[in-house]
Amino acid sequence: MATVAVSRPPLGGFSFDNCKRNAILQGEANKVGFNLPAARKTGTTICGVVFKDGVVLGADTRATEGMIVADKNCSKIHYISPNIYCCGAGTAADTEMTTQIISSNLELHALSTGRLPRVATANRMLKQMLFRYQGYIGAALVLGGVDCNGPHLYSIYPHGSTDKLPYVTMGSGSLAAMAVFEDRYKPNMEEGEAKQLVHDAIAAGIFNDLGSGSNIDLCVITKGSVDYIRPHDEANKKGVRLNDGALQLTGDYKYRRGTTTVLTKAVNPLDLELVEESIQTMDTS
Amino acid sequence: MMRFCVLQNSRGLHSQLKDSVPVAGLCPQGAYGMQDSLRSGFTSVKNELLPSHPLELSEKNFQLNQDKMNYSTLRNIQGLHAPLKLQMEYRAARQIQRLPFLPSSNLALDTLRGSDESIGFEDILSDPAQSEVMGEPHMMVEYKLGLL
Repeated sequence: MATVAVSRPPLGGFSFDNCKRNAILQGEANKVGFNLPAARKTGTTICGVVFKDGVVLGADTRATEGMIVADKNCSKIHYISPNIYCCGAGTAADTEMTTQIISSNLELHALSTGRLPRVATANRMLKQMLFRYQGYIGAALVLGGVDCNGPHLYSIYPHGSTDKLPYVTMGSGSLAAMAVFEDRYKPNMEEGEAKQLVHDAIAAGIFNDLGSGSNIDLCVITKGSVDYIRPHDEANKKGVRLNDGALQLTGDYKYRRGTTTVLTKAVNPLDLELVEESIQTMDTS
Repeated sequence: MMRFCVLQNSRGLHSQLKDSVPVAGLCPQGAYGMQDSLRSGFTSVKNELLPSHPLELSEKNFQLNQDKMNYSTLRNIQGLHAPLKLQMEYRAARQIQRLPFLPSSNLALDTLRGSDESIGFEDILSDPAQSEVMGEPHMMVEYKLGLL
C-alpha cells in the first residue's frame, strides 16, 4: 500500500499501488543498463488431438526464465475436473493460477447443478476471465475433455479468443507441432495412433524449438477414464542419444593400462625404520 | 419513493481520467493546508489524473459495469420492474454491515449476487482479513459519513 493509514476498507483482488513505483524502477534500471528479473515462462510446445473415443493432450516439460532453463521437469497438463484437463503455455504462474481458479469454480458449479461439468462451461469461464484482464494474464491454453456430448478440444488465447478444433497446438513450438499434425492427422483415429501422433508432434517441438525440451507428457481422456502418462517419453536424456538403442555419448575417463606406452621403469624402495607406534581410540559415542 | 436508475455510457475518454472515480484524499490539502503524506501518500498532478495501469479503472468499476449491463438486458427482456426489484433487494442487503473498520461477512449480498458459489482473484489476492495496514476507526467512520 502506498500509504500507512487508510480511510476506506481495503478490497480484495489485484492492487495497482506499486505500478508507478515499478515503472520508475524500470526506468532507473535501464539507465544503468541493468535488467530486472524476467517472469518464469513456459516457452512451450503443447497440443491436443480428438480421436475416436476421446482426446489426447500432450506437452513438453521445460520451464524457462529468459535464457535459462528454470525447471527441467515441470508439469504443464493441469487438472480441471475428472473429465477435463488443460495444458498451459505462457507465464507459468498465470497458467497455474488460472487453471486452479477455473477448476475450483467448475467444481462449485458441478456441485450446484449436480452434473458432470462440460468442456464448453470451462471454456466459457476461461475466456470470460482472460478477456476481463485484456491479455495481461499471459496464459495460452489447450483445453480438452470428454462430457455428455462427446470429446471436445478448445484452444484459448491470452486475450480471450477461443477456437474449437479437432487438433490444436500452442506455445513457441506450436509451428513445429502443427506441421506434424497437418501432415498426419486423420479424423476418427484409434487411441494408439493418436498417442503416437501427439508424441511425434511434441518431439518435433522439443527438437526444433529452444523454448521446449526435456520429456513428453501425455494425457489420454476417454469417457469414464483418464490416463495421465508422465513421462511418456524422456526425449532429452543427458548423454544419451534417442535413436539407435541408447548410444552412450558421455565418455568414460578411465583409461586401460597400456594406452600410453611405457618407455622405462625404475623402482626405488625406501628403507624406513619403525620409530614409535601409538594407538589413539576415537570417541565414537 | 422509487428512483429510476440512469444508465450512463461509462466508456469514452472521460472515464479514463480518475476524476470519475472517487479517490481518497482527492483534495491535497490536509489538516493544515499542506500535503498529507501520511494519509494520502506521495502525489503529483499526473498521479491524481491518470491511472497507473490500464486495467486499474476497469477493475475498479468492473462490478458496477457488469451490474449495469445485466440490468439493462433484464429491463429489455422483462420490463422495468425486474431491475427495480433487484436493485431494491441489493440496496437492502448492502446495508447489513458492521462499521467500516470491522470485517463484515456480507452474506446476504453474496448470496444475492451469486458470489458465494464462485472464486475469483478477489478471494485469493489481497485478502482484506490479512491486509498490512489498519484503518484508523475514527477516520474511516468519518470518511463513510462524508465528514472527512
